[in-house]
This record gives sequence, structure tokens and C-alpha cells, in this order.
Amino acid sequence: MIEIRIHGRGGQGNVVAAYLLASAAFHDGKFCQAFPAFGAERRGAPVAAFVRINEQRIYRRNQVRDPHYMVVQDATLLHNRSLTGGLRPPGYMLVNSTRPAQEFSDEFGVWAVTIPATRLATEIVGRNVPNVALLSALITLNGMMPVAALEKALADRFTGPILDKNVKLVERAAAEVEPGLWTEEVRHAASA
Amino acid sequence: MRQALEGSQAIAQAVSRCRPEVVAAYPITPQTHIVENISKLVADGDLDTELVSVESEFSAASVVLGAAAAGARAYTASSSQGILLMAEVLFNISGLRIPVVMTCANRAVSAPLSIWNDHADSMAVRDCGWIQLHCLDNQEAVDSTVQAFKIAQDTELPVMVCMDGFVLTHTLEVVDMPDQALIDRFLPPFEFQRALDPRRPITQGALVSPDFFGEIRHSHHAAMQKSAAVIESVDADWADLTGRRCGGLLTVEGPADAETAVLALGSMCGTLLEAMETLPMDRPVKLIKLRCFRPFPEEALREAMAGVRDLIVLDRAVCPGLGGPVGNEVKATLYGTEAPPRVHTYAVGLGGRDIPLDILPDLVATLDKPVGPFSVFDADLEKLAPEDR
Repeated sequence: MIEIRIHGRGGQGNVVAAYLLASAAFHDGKFCQAFPAFGAERRGAPVAAFVRINEQRIYRRNQVRDPHYMVVQDATLLHNRSLTGGLRPPGYMLVNSTRPAQEFSDEFGVWAVTIPATRLATEIVGRNVPNVALLSALITLNGMMPVAALEKALADRFTGPILDKNVKLVERAAAEVEPGLWTEEVRHAASA
Repeated sequence: MRQALEGSQAIAQAVSRCRPEVVAAYPITPQTHIVENISKLVADGDLDTELVSVESEFSAASVVLGAAAAGARAYTASSSQGILLMAEVLFNISGLRIPVVMTCANRAVSAPLSIWNDHADSMAVRDCGWIQLHCLDNQEAVDSTVQAFKIAQDTELPVMVCMDGFVLTHTLEVVDMPDQALIDRFLPPFEFQRALDPRRPITQGALVSPDFFGEIRHSHHAAMQKSAAVIESVDADWADLTGRRCGGLLTVEGPADAETAVLALGSMCGTLLEAMETLPMDRPVKLIKLRCFRPFPEEALREAMAGVRDLIVLDRAVCPGLGGPVGNEVKATLYGTEAPPRVHTYAVGLGGRDIPLDILPDLVATLDKPVGPFSVFDADLEKLAPEDR
């Protein structure tokens, strides 16, 4: 089972990101579970959402305490240093940032990758919602599923030009990262 | 068809395919998405029903009471304060033996204000005379919703399908959504013998003198007890049709010869099941998954106690001054039985507190000690002033 924790601020589409990733996993033939951290959701407030992906039916309902992967939609959230708490070694952390990944890796003792997700989303979709770009980068990095699965999940929600722009964003964001850089962990988790 | 759906969306679809003729509900977190999704199905022309916008939960319950009394299949949903505002009408619905179905998206009850999950709401109305079913996951919530309409129809009793707020309602997961043809085969059109009809005037719910009231209460109790067999047979029929069961009244999962058992209801059973399978445990543990809280399955519970020496009962609600509602029922049921287990009663996961996997070994570790009084297992009493502990 693979567990993922998504951190962001209210309004950045955190729950949607979790739902999209789980739906994509479903389209890829997996069992999935996605849920928000049930905070008092309001714009700008720190929020989290969780995703589980498994070959078998998932029974547990507890919050993800020790994720295999972390996605950070807003790097300023890392001012709270406990944010990376529980992240499993080697600490795969994908951050929406224009700063070099090494800075995050060094500061938090993780294996960070950064992509300018907000900039890409603003350029391509016209909205500063970084979630789709980050999901595309995540599944490209870990090879968890083909980006086509994410595009199918997007097609469940969007149509027309909005869908087209999001698919373009998926392709663009995937090109930002090295495919399979984090693959070993996926193989290990799938066999566990 | 298998789909990845948010729990609320799945319930809305399942309700829609049961062809309700009247839906009335007032939005309240965490039930809101269910009603929103039903409204959308109606607006999109995918559901032909009389969707009544009401100004309160009291009215929502009153509308479905009247609709079903007039012979319509009727549905409502609520949570927390909404359930409490309905309380008076809930007693009327069951007292009149009106078969309606309601989803209770379980949530804590104020004060203090909490929008998160526990079972205080449905437990507060546990004696209102409704059948109450609890759900492990969204698949069971969907399947139980369809079954509830059949059970209500067959027993002429109202059914409350309890699903954990947020934990299920706001979780997206894979659900095998029964298609329309299958549900139509399982659930015949709504027929209610006592439906109000001006050609055959009858009086219901009128003033009853002391000469008859006790008999009427007795017959309600008897009808609830008889409904247990219907609940089991409807689940069995559903299994024949779909290959899926919801667990009848209760099920026992895990090693049959385990002398330690945990009894729980709702979504926490999933976490407990996975903990049983994945975590190292001092001793074998089995899970008693209580699906039906009303009628309380006394006989099935006594049978499930064979060979059990320690029983841990996990409540998600508190009866202040006594213990936990499930724990109390369990103790009452086991009183006087031969060689009853030691019963350890706790509340966990109140007001949305996360129930982690390792709660199971933590609970099992307490069994070496003498049976203590009921307590909130995951409460950190250090947070309280000494005089409040």
C-alpha cells in the first residue's frame, strides 16, 4: 500500500488533488482511498489531505501519519517544521517552488524535488491552482501510474477547453521531472 | 459498475436508484453533500422525485412522514443537531409505523461545537423505535441504503442507515454501484397497506387512553424484535443477487478460537480489521462487527460469545454518568449468561479524534489488568484540570 499526504492552503484544491489522484489510481486498476484531514476549511488555512493506493481493498480509515510521499502545494507551510513529520525514508517530498530542490533536501533531511507548479498552472490553465501539475510530476517521478490515468480522472470532472488545458498542464509538468527517479519505493510498497 | 466515488455521492446515487417519490432534507455538515448530490440529480433530470425544500430538519422529517403515510417512498438525511431537531418527529414516524429511510451522517452533538464524527446523534435517538444499521465502508453504506428501503417496506418500520460523517461521507473510494435494473429487481415499487386513502378513512396516532397505550408499546417492541429476521434475510437476498453482504445483524471476523474479542460498529471496524491482520498482537483477537444496533441482536451476541473470555467494547459516544451506549447494551445482554466474558468498555474517536491502527494492541495490553470502569480510552487526562479528571 502506498500512502501519500498532500499539504496546502484552503483554496488550492487539496481535497480535489487527493480525489483526482485516487480516481487516477482507480482508472489504473487499483483500489484507492482519499479523504481530507477534516479541518475547519477556509481559504488560506493550512490543510491536509490523504491518499491510499493499494492492489487490494483498503480497510483502514486512520489519517496517514507516515506517508511514502509528501506533496507540498505551498512552500511557506514548511515554516511549520513538523510538517514533514512521519515522512518515511528516504523522504520523497515534492514541493511547489521555484527554489532549487537541494535547498529543501538540505534543510529538512528529505529527498526533495521542486517544480514551479503555480507558474505552470497560471500559464497554461489561467488559474493559480497548482494541484494538477504536482500530481502529474508525482506520478512521473514514482512511476505509480501512467499520466494517462490522471488524464482520465480529469476527464471525469472537466470537459472542453478546461479539460484540454489541464491535459496540456499534465504533459508539461511531467516534462519538468526525471521519470522514474523515485521508482524503487513504488516497487517496494506494491510488493509489501 | 465499479466507480471511484465520494461517499455522499455514492449514497445520492443509490438513493436515486431506489426511486424515492419524495425527498425532503435540510443541509447540515457532514450530510450536506448527500442532499446536494440528490438535488443535482433532480436538476439534471436524472431523478424524478418531489424534492421538498424545507426550513428545518423538523419539517424534513414531517414531510417524509406525511409522504410515506400517503403511500410514497420517502427519504431524508441528517446529522447531529439536525437529528435532535427531528427527534419528536422520529418518534411519531416509528410510532405510526411509517416506513421511511434516513441516512444519519454521524456527527458529534454540541456543546462544545464539533462538526466531526462520533455516534452521539444516532445514539441520542436510539430508543425512538427506528431500526439502526451501521456501515463499515461506503460499499456497505450503498448496499445498506438499498436494503433499508426493502426492510422498511417489509417491516413497516423506519430505518436509519448510520454512516460515519466525514470518515465515510467525505472519503472517495471504490464502490460497486448497483445498477438500476438490479435494484428494480430487488426492490419492488413501494406499497403501503395502511396508506392514507380518502376512500377508506382510518385514524392514526390519535389520543390513546391508558387502556391501550402499553399494548401499543408492546407491539412496537415486538415488531422491532421481529424485524431482526427480516434484516438478516434481506441481507442474504442481497448477497444472492450481488455477492456482497453487509453483515446481517452482526458478524464475527478473525480467528474463531480467539478468546479475546473486540466489539465495535461503523467505520472503525475497518481500521480494527486491518490492525488485526497487520500488527503483531500478544494474543489472537477477533472482531465482532455490530451492524444492527436497533433491534439489538441479543441472541446473536450471546452466540458470538462462545469461548470469549475478554470482550472489549468500543463506543463512539458517551452516556454521561453511566458509560457507553453499546457497552451498556452488551453488558445487559450478557447478564445471567453462563460463563460471560469480562467486559471492558471504552469510548474512542469522539468528536472526530483519529483512531489509529495501534489502538488495538494498546487496548489488548490493558487486559492483564483487572476490569476497570468505563473510560474514554484515547482521552489525555493531563489536558484537564485535576478537579475535572
